[in-house]
Amino acid sequence: MFIAVSVAILVTMGLALARALMGPTVYDRIAAINMFGTKTVLLIAVLAFLSGRTDLLDIALVYALINFISVVAVLRLVEHGNFHSSEKDKAEPLKVDHQ
Amino acid sequence: MSVIEFLSWVCLLSGGLLGVVGGIGIHRFPDFYTRQHAVGITDTLCAILILLGLGLQAGMSFAAFKLVMIFMFLFLTSPTASHALANAAMHGGLKPKLDKDTCGDKS
Repeated sequence: MFIAVSVAILVTMGLALARALMGPTVYDRIAAINMFGTKTVLLIAVLAFLSGRTDLLDIALVYALINFISVVAVLRLVEHGNFHSSEKDKAEPLKVDHQ
Repeated sequence: MSVIEFLSWVCLLSGGLLGVVGGIGIHRFPDFYTRQHAVGITDTLCAILILLGLGLQAGMSFAAFKLVMIFMFLFLTSPTASHALANAAMHGGLKPKLDKDTCGDKS
């Protein structure tokens, strides 16, 4: 049963990765990567119970935090063009190709 | 098979099913804002059901506490990330695809 859930999560991760590779806009890619990260957290949690080593749940916990931080950081980079917040050295935003 | 175990399998399998449905959804929906709906399904209900199923398997233990912590982080961060993403897309000038774009101008 744990194996069935792992396979379902892996199929979802594959679909999300396909959308991340072929997504028309950059926001599609970020949304797919966000979903991929959430599914990774769930996969690690299921694998921890499948192998009976519940210490792996710590890794899932850390991955949940890293996933959120990385999505927000990439969004900030796409939106502002840099990681600074001051006005004087604000660069031009990245040219995002919307179709 | 006890009742708790049965409930746990029901939660786990429906969570996996919702995950696959969301994965199909991000391929079938036409534009970014509708795809956010499919991503939202898998980020919230699928995660909640799978973590609840695992928590029922774990019983009262330290692993259940860690699962509750993962649930709390996902519960707080995934709506925040979805909102930030949609806000950035709208701020970045991505227009929602309207009905007349997909079906042609019927008038």
